[in-house]
Amino acid sequence: MEAQEDLVPTVVIEPPSVLRWRTMLAVPLAAAFALSLHIFIARNEPPLEAHSYRLLFVQVVGVSIVLALLRRFSPRLRKWMANMWPIFTAAIVTLAVWDVITVGLRILPLPYFPGPSAVLRSLINDRFLLLDSTWHSLALLVSGYTLGVIAGLISGVCIGWSPSIRYWGMPILKVVGPIPATAWIPLALVLSPSAVVSSAVLIALAVWFPVTMLTASGISNTRASYLDVARTLGAGPGYLIFRVAIPAAAPNIFIGLFMGLGASFLTLVVAESVGVKSGLGWYVSWAQGWAEYGKVFAALIIMAAFFSTIMTLLFKIRDRLLVWQKGVIKW
Amino acid sequence: MVAVSEVDPAALVVRNVEKSFPAPETPLSRRQVLDNISFSLAPGELVSLIGPSGCGKSTLLRLIAGLDSTDEGDLLVGPEPITAPNAERGLVFQDPNLFPWLTVRRNIESGLVARGLLHEKKNEVDEFMRLVGLETFANVYPHHLSGGMAQRAALARALINHPKVLLLDEPLGALDAFTRMRMQDEVLRLWQARRTTMLLVTHDIDEAIYMSDRIMIMTPRPGRIERTIEVTLNRPRQRDSADFLRLRSDILNFLHFAGTK
Repeated sequence: MEAQEDLVPTVVIEPPSVLRWRTMLAVPLAAAFALSLHIFIARNEPPLEAHSYRLLFVQVVGVSIVLALLRRFSPRLRKWMANMWPIFTAAIVTLAVWDVITVGLRILPLPYFPGPSAVLRSLINDRFLLLDSTWHSLALLVSGYTLGVIAGLISGVCIGWSPSIRYWGMPILKVVGPIPATAWIPLALVLSPSAVVSSAVLIALAVWFPVTMLTASGISNTRASYLDVARTLGAGPGYLIFRVAIPAAAPNIFIGLFMGLGASFLTLVVAESVGVKSGLGWYVSWAQGWAEYGKVFAALIIMAAFFSTIMTLLFKIRDRLLVWQKGVIKW
Repeated sequence: MVAVSEVDPAALVVRNVEKSFPAPETPLSRRQVLDNISFSLAPGELVSLIGPSGCGKSTLLRLIAGLDSTDEGDLLVGPEPITAPNAERGLVFQDPNLFPWLTVRRNIESGLVARGLLHEKKNEVDEFMRLVGLETFANVYPHHLSGGMAQRAALARALINHPKVLLLDEPLGALDAFTRMRMQDEVLRLWQARRTTMLLVTHDIDEAIYMSDRIMIMTPRPGRIERTIEVTLNRPRQRDSADFLRLRSDILNFLHFAGTK
């Protein structure tokens, strides 16, 4: 167990216990500052252009004032605010800096680097297409990832448990596994009748390798004494595999699942931009084709939220299943 | 306490057992670890196996558990030869080896789950948790337990299968001196309550004298049982009684650890 805990560093954000006035006022002040800065910078632009961006900051100021008033009634809200407000403030300041660099000083070349207000406008104007693209990405990702995880768990358990399967399986794994799944795209597009099916298979392939590798090493490193104890308790092979080796390998398996998830995001975006004509990856390359970089940034923001949510979900599942572990890594 | 009688069928028979392993220093040759080991345990007997490390105590226990196979000789439980690990021979190690992913309760019932008997013997789980005094820790994970508590859980996990023989491989070796003495009483209490035949491997002479009906002394290279001592002291035993101390110095002398007088 010790060795596995060392693989991933433990990061725990300790929230400050008291909510200071300084902290509480930071968000509305930063938002008001960013808003006035924007109004000053964008005074020459048509007002409609930046309307929603201004509205956003007005809302931030309003909501943060309401929360500041509500904080007295809820200790949980206070704790959350004390923890999150510095980060929100930094995010707002970052937006203001971005605004100054792009729209204000025009340091970065247009149209490649639009200001935050233009990105927000793209996000709002194209919301239905973005939503649809996200939905298609999700469907493709889930089907490919699930397929890869199932295949990876089966092959990983077999390779980890049986020496003869390991003898024949490891060479294949060592040769085929390290090839990036995206390198198979030319072949996959020729072999499969449907670009969606071949993309799902490619994502599965990308996930399969790390899941197999980590599962196999976890299973074969199961502490011999756990297996000995289980045998003297009357356990058969089914119990030894499913109730001893797999739980013992679970921390390792989850590392494989995380690595596989990262690989699946990459493969998804590449596969969508070259093969499948839908999804967020496709949207990015399509927007780029029209030189609509506001939309590119909008899609990147959606991707960040989308992938981060899925990652968080996996961490939540991990935390639930591995409560028995001593050091739990927070996300 | 229970004398080896002719009438009772022995709980465990070890006859002319030999075991060797490949010698690590010289390839091709083998090193004899166990040389012509023979003894038997009567039902309900508690017998200790003591000796310095490397004398093959743990190897012998693994053979009896069925985790390794003998080169020569017979191992019998009743009339049955030992061929593979089996729930009728429980094993408790120095490390409790509780499954860290299961709560205390699920650890204790794991033998029943493994044999598919959980449904019909559910009520026994509570009984065994009470027996080792862990009923309030039912839903706790093992890493929250102290060493003594974890070992009690491991004992309950082995006993729930009603083993014909319980093999104890230095079960109290990792505990501090005071916890160890308390746990010796605990094991004796379990033994008296369940009347389980026990074979206790230890390197603690006091523990062997305090607990067992009989002490077998092993010497290393190759591992042999050099001497068997019947312990006839009345239970509960006094660690500081004259007879206890006399027996202790006998054994120390025999093992050449008595020191120069």
